[in-house]
Amino acid sequence: MNETLQDSALITALIAMLGGAIRVSTPFMFVALGECLTEKSGRINLGLEGSLVLGAMVAYAGSFLTGNPWAGVFFAGCAGLVLGALHGFICKLPRVNDIAIGIAFMSFGTGLAFFFGKPYIQPQAPRLEAIHLGDWTGDPRLAQALEVNPLFFVGVALAVFMWWAFRNTRWGLIVRMTGDSAPAAKAMGVSVDLVRFIATAIGGFMAGIGGAFLSLYYPGSWNQGLSSGQGLMAVALVIFARWGPLRCILAALLFGAAGALGPSLQSVGISQGYYFFNAAPYILTLLIMIASARSKVAAREAPGELSITK
Amino acid sequence: MSALAVETASLKKAPSLSAIGMTKTFGSFTALGDVSINVAAGSFHALLGENGAGKSTLVKCIMGFYSADKGQVMLDGREVIIRSPRDARAHGIGMVYQHFTLVPCLTAAENLVISRADTPSVINWPKERRLLDSFMETMPFRVPLDTQVASLSAGEKQKLEILKLLYLDQRFMILDEPTSVLTPGEADEMLGLLHGMCDRGEITVLMISHKFREVKTFCDRFSVLRRGRLTGEGDAKSAPVEDMSRMMIGDTEVRERAARTEQIDRKDVLELAGLCAEDDAGLPAIQGVNLKIKGGEIVGIAGVSGNGQSALVEVLAGQRPLTDGEITIHGEIFTPKRGNFDRFKVYGLPEEPLKNATVPRMSVAENIAFRTFDKPPITSLGWWMSKGPMRSQAEELIARYRVKTTSPDAPIETLSGGNVQRAVLARELSGDVDVLIVANPCFGLDFASVADIRSQIMEARNRGAAVLLVSEDLDEILELADRVAVMSGGTISYVAPIEETDRNTIGQHMAGH
Repeated sequence: MNETLQDSALITALIAMLGGAIRVSTPFMFVALGECLTEKSGRINLGLEGSLVLGAMVAYAGSFLTGNPWAGVFFAGCAGLVLGALHGFICKLPRVNDIAIGIAFMSFGTGLAFFFGKPYIQPQAPRLEAIHLGDWTGDPRLAQALEVNPLFFVGVALAVFMWWAFRNTRWGLIVRMTGDSAPAAKAMGVSVDLVRFIATAIGGFMAGIGGAFLSLYYPGSWNQGLSSGQGLMAVALVIFARWGPLRCILAALLFGAAGALGPSLQSVGISQGYYFFNAAPYILTLLIMIASARSKVAAREAPGELSITK
Repeated sequence: MSALAVETASLKKAPSLSAIGMTKTFGSFTALGDVSINVAAGSFHALLGENGAGKSTLVKCIMGFYSADKGQVMLDGREVIIRSPRDARAHGIGMVYQHFTLVPCLTAAENLVISRADTPSVINWPKERRLLDSFMETMPFRVPLDTQVASLSAGEKQKLEILKLLYLDQRFMILDEPTSVLTPGEADEMLGLLHGMCDRGEITVLMISHKFREVKTFCDRFSVLRRGRLTGEGDAKSAPVEDMSRMMIGDTEVRERAARTEQIDRKDVLELAGLCAEDDAGLPAIQGVNLKIKGGEIVGIAGVSGNGQSALVEVLAGQRPLTDGEITIHGEIFTPKRGNFDRFKVYGLPEEPLKNATVPRMSVAENIAFRTFDKPPITSLGWWMSKGPMRSQAEELIARYRVKTTSPDAPIETLSGGNVQRAVLARELSGDVDVLIVANPCFGLDFASVADIRSQIMEARNRGAAVLLVSEDLDEILELADRVAVMSGGTISYVAPIEETDRNTIGQHMAGH
């Protein structure tokens, strides 16, 4: 009797973790894909954390004002696009360091969101609807875990598209070329600055959509503590994924599962070490940074123009 | 668009190109003064000259990187206006640069396809592969198409660069010292193939070169530049080398070379036993290097660049950790640290001295004092440093080693390459030297500096120093070394006294045979 109870508790925890992984991973995924595109073009945008928070705020406000959550998602992307484009434009100026600008944009985006977001903390905005994939199972736990937001599938499709595009389209090859050898790109008459500007702007768009997921689905409201550094962790995630879009998905799921560890253990009544388990994503980030700093494979696959690898 | 198509159709044959009255000034400096060259269709033309003679300026004007102040470029007898490298490309003029312009993370096939002006938005790889394969069928040399460029050898990269020009149908080729990264064997093979293509009228080649041997063997005609002026041209096959070199260096007085003095009863000074080290990516860079060098002996290490020579020099200079092996000097174990460099009297002249042996923004005097700033007379009581003795030491060395600088207080980065090298030599050779480690000391220097610096190295040897000379210039090694060692694949594959070997044997060992 006791054993079956433990069994079902374990299963409950695992199912909760699966659902949590899918939920928590989605913003990671979007930010990581955006960062992946930006870094592939040879620039680092640490400011995506700012784009994420601003995206969350704009999405919530957009959804509240228009009544359509998808309009909010689009506005969030546009907000990210503007921040990314600004970052890309400033980095184009001579003797500007992309990392310093990124940190400035992190604060700028967050500050902007807090400033304009004050009036939207109280009201309720329409949220994104999930797709119920698990209703046929008849198991309420599974059904709940398999309520997946459409944005998750958009992210997966985007990753597959980027993976394909990096090797099968002219634009993909040009982005990789710019990121790996700016002199080679210039010799072919490619405008390195323009490519990086566009890549950073689109990367910002993706990060903004990641933010929309935070405020419109999970946790599903706008407040100032909404993001807990996902935008920064996504940078670590891209290194861990060795600049591969498909590996970004796996890495995001791993981070998501780590993030879901605390809540899912709590759901089966284990509350000991709750704060420790909640810290799991940060500990994972730390371990990954240490491991990838030592990894020579990662060093080989890094785009040659990145200022951290130069 | 239709104009371009007509142009492309007419480019199937090798074009002729002449540059007439090219002039280019940078401020008050005339880099190129009224230079005309004429490269006939299907010829293999050499452009000779020292560094800074204006060769690169001339080809950059032809390629559209610079716009010439005066002069015109005629292609097949018609004037063409080239404002950018893109224009040059549209006219079928292509260039292989000294540094590779391939993208390391892309495969050879991806590099070729993306270099095209009309790459489709979505690439149909099966179709492109069929086209590439049939293109490669017609080419005299092959390169593996699916390998990442980063893992190709230097020779393969060079071939791929040339294939790229042919793939883009650029039948007037400018090659900037194309053989500097190749073994003598590879160089001869490639130049032979290009020569064949010229003879068949498929391409026209303008090659910048320093190597008289290659010019004599493969080229049809040559033009010589000196200080931005055309100083001579002629038939490469019949003109004597002495004439070519006089056109290149003019009547500059070259200091008499220090003669090699006989050294008797020499003892081993520097001994390398089983040295191993890894490169930045963690792959073995040198594996099991064994070598003994006697006092009063120069051992020259020949090899194609990238076979572990730089790693060896870095290990000896303490810039790269040893994973295995031992360095001994006079029978004592030597760990490369500042204190030990002093104690064992080890001195060094690394390649690219501005980067590896100086702090560019510090003054000449400070840079010259790097070895002595913490010792009397510059430092007293072990911590108090006075500028006076530093300056007078620098003034004396600047005069003795003929370093041309506006003042001892000028930042060393304002000096020319030869003078930076002389300043470093002054620092490293002014004392008592037991071991001297030298890497590519004359790379990029003019004739007069080269003679000067080689003399200094020879004098250090004559005073009894054990000299390890790493050089990519085989002629330098043949001139200076008492013994030759060849480095290939991270290890020393061949050692022979200079009198018992020759260029061919060394070349074969460089290629790894």
